Amino acid sequence: MAEYLPPTTEQEFHANFAQIKPRMNNTEALYESSRCLFCFDAPCIKACPTGIDIPQFIRQINTGNVTGAALTIYEANYFGNACGKVCPTEVLCEGACVYNLQDVKPIEIGRLQSFATRQVIESDRKLFGPGLTNGRKVAVIGAGPAGISCACELRALGYEVDVFEARSQPSGLTVYGVAPYKITNEEVLAEMAYLQAQFGYRVQYNSPITTREDLQALEEAYDAIFLGIGLGKTNALLLPGEERENCVGAVEFIEQLRQHHHRVAVGRKVIVLGGGNTAMDAASESSRLGAENVILAYRRGKEEMGAYDFEYDLAKSVGVKGLFNVAPVEIVGNGKVEGVKFIRTATVDGQVQIVPGSEFVEPCDMVIKATGQAKQTHFLSYIPGLQVDSKGRVVADAYTGQTTNPKYFASGDARNGGAEVVNAAAEAKVAARGIHTYLTSTN
Amino acid sequence: MPDLSINFAGIKSPNPFWLASAPPTNSGYQVMKAFDAGWGGAVWKTLGVPVVNVSSRYGSVNYRDKRMIGFNNIELISDRPLADNLREIEEVKKYFPNHAVIASLMVQSRAEWHQIVRDVTNAGSDGIELNFGCPHGMCERGMGSAVGQEPEVLRTIVEWVMEVAQIPVIVKLTPNISDITEPARAARLGGADAISLINTIQSIVGVDLDKFAPYPIVDGKGTNGGYCGPAVKPIALNMIKNCAQDPEVRLPISGIGGIENWRDAVEHILLGASSVQVCTAAMHFGFGIIREMTAGLEQYMTEKGFHTIYDMVGKALPNVLHWEELNLKYKVTANIHEDKCIGCQLCYTACEDGAHQAIALREGTRVPEIIEENCVGCNLCSLVCPVENCITMERTDSGTEHLTWKERTEAETIPTTFNDDRAGGLHHWVPEPTAALGKEKHKTLPGKARQLGNPAPATDVVNES
Repeated sequence: MAEYLPPTTEQEFHANFAQIKPRMNNTEALYESSRCLFCFDAPCIKACPTGIDIPQFIRQINTGNVTGAALTIYEANYFGNACGKVCPTEVLCEGACVYNLQDVKPIEIGRLQSFATRQVIESDRKLFGPGLTNGRKVAVIGAGPAGISCACELRALGYEVDVFEARSQPSGLTVYGVAPYKITNEEVLAEMAYLQAQFGYRVQYNSPITTREDLQALEEAYDAIFLGIGLGKTNALLLPGEERENCVGAVEFIEQLRQHHHRVAVGRKVIVLGGGNTAMDAASESSRLGAENVILAYRRGKEEMGAYDFEYDLAKSVGVKGLFNVAPVEIVGNGKVEGVKFIRTATVDGQVQIVPGSEFVEPCDMVIKATGQAKQTHFLSYIPGLQVDSKGRVVADAYTGQTTNPKYFASGDARNGGAEVVNAAAEAKVAARGIHTYLTSTN
Repeated sequence: MPDLSINFAGIKSPNPFWLASAPPTNSGYQVMKAFDAGWGGAVWKTLGVPVVNVSSRYGSVNYRDKRMIGFNNIELISDRPLADNLREIEEVKKYFPNHAVIASLMVQSRAEWHQIVRDVTNAGSDGIELNFGCPHGMCERGMGSAVGQEPEVLRTIVEWVMEVAQIPVIVKLTPNISDITEPARAARLGGADAISLINTIQSIVGVDLDKFAPYPIVDGKGTNGGYCGPAVKPIALNMIKNCAQDPEVRLPISGIGGIENWRDAVEHILLGASSVQVCTAAMHFGFGIIREMTAGLEQYMTEKGFHTIYDMVGKALPNVLHWEELNLKYKVTANIHEDKCIGCQLCYTACEDGAHQAIALREGTRVPEIIEENCVGCNLCSLVCPVENCITMERTDSGTEHLTWKERTEAETIPTTFNDDRAGGLHHWVPEPTAALGKEKHKTLPGKARQLGNPAPATDVVNES
């Protein structure tokens, strides 16, 4: 029996997708912040890709200086509120908290972080402003975590910034790709509006940059171009029957879900293919949408899944079942998906090998492929001299984000091949500094 | 089963826990409710010519997530008619003949003292407590701590009271004085049967950052009040010890100040108190806390083999010496138990910035290391360590030598002037500033955030409200 009934109203949807890191109230924040030990050279800071001075902002919350806490957070990470909710804190800051070594619950750093930033966002208090105008212009392609972070930092340095976004809303992954129980659209968009109001960059929505001509126009009008383009659609599995109705990509499924909530249909019996964090999200979401049966199928053993343990636990907690050591060979059905034909596998010397003659069909009426996203190599080929590595990632200098075409800089998923929002936020800041160094030294 | 009952200067009580003279003893209703809950006695809220109180009248010191670790009040003595109070005292004694009811009193003239002492005795009080401690409101009128701060005046008033007193008289002392034994001696010279201490300490618990006024705020203004609660226990314990050790005081002591649980009570008793009075804890948690207090005291006495309260009164006093009598040869050194260390490095920063630079950090581990030759055994690291028994202080002297400052003084082996080689001040050498900066520069926080640079701050000033 399904744990969740299919939601038919916005209210029911929000009940099924209740926030796993709900907002703290003032008392909760006071109590939680009181527990912080204020470690020397704190491990939590080191575990954060953006290096937020965590003990400092926690102490600021504790002393009633919530605005100061938000300032500390935003100084290091422009996605301060979103990261507090969507970061895998269990393996980053909270995972590094020394309380873990004492078998004491680590400080809820993520929730404290969102507590402080959200309060400031709602108060509309101005913490930052753009730097003195330096007369130079930078184009940013993509309004995701990398693009927006880069835009903020460039504005702080005095650049004029235009952001070009293919979709109708900013913030990329956090509004289109993260599970709805991690963060709500309203919360994401409120932070985006706050940042734009503070820094004053321009964003052109529904403005995909797709052709060589588009790029040429940018090259002529701007002093530098930042690529914050992220990843593409779900990779094709190249299996027979993949084109059948109800066989969808996880990225596309989650995007639909984030935008259309309870109006997204899900099968009664869903098979999710993959063992990464996106697979866990898709499985968990299917269950919360009311699917009676959700099976997570992975070609290796449970221990070898790429997903974080806590993500798998979260999926299991909503009734998702695991099916391990199986590889899909065909999506079966007649027009619509009716099942997946698997073959059993065994791992021999680290290599996945199929077990001959072990095929079986697992019936279902929906398949979600969470098997990785394609790189946007076709688009990248329009940029002269831009080098892309064998895995389709943009090659860029680690300290400046500069690509092999000196006018182009890159960070985020396009460069790291797909990581957390917090990584994009950190790398984009580095790239913005790189752009600044480049433009001030080539005067 | 230990016997918790006491006979305090002639006042009998089923256990040593009394409610101090304060808001919880403002009425017969409260006192009877408290006795029902298990309290052994109550010192009735001070009777005097009824006053008018202000609103608000209490202030609190909160520490992080803990409320009321310190508390103060600007409330005065009873604002209820004397006749009502006397009638209720009589009623309480009717229902609770074996519990202690002590009347706290505060009046001015000799005639008034005579009258009120007779009144409360007639009403059936088991004892009298003279309020010479109130540090606000009443002292400006020449009463309360104004009396407690003048030993001669205090003695005179005690003598007036003793002229007519037929029940035991306790003198309640103010801590707002440099030497608590002076009023204590005066109380004895005046003929008092016992002393109680401490009353509240003159204080301001905080200032409202928006209204620019001290707490508690009365129509935008405030005044200093009397401080009490858990935060004042250390001050109370020291004053009780001083009175208990003074050969010229030698009176039973009722201990007051920061008593919230059985441990606090035992500490007061071990330093010489033979009854204890509680107020803030009862105001914070209600009369019900008495169950934990009596149960804890009973358990402690059973485990230690104490049959009566008097087996433990003053038990710690022989071990409280003057500094000059302490053994200078005794030495402890900090020891970090690596298996327990969680790597917070609070000990490192504390020792580095606040003590003797006797803890080092090591490459490849977050477990700090004690530099034994620098460790003076000050204890700071073990106090800041958040893990139980992770840093222990271990004895490192041979245990064969004993030498005190007093002995050295008598043997004339200590310098008395800077111009003495042993004082290290000969020629008064002044260090070069650079010598102190020779130490390796430590990597300090914050790290990456600053390296990545900060955006320009907004032009309007961030003003936290």
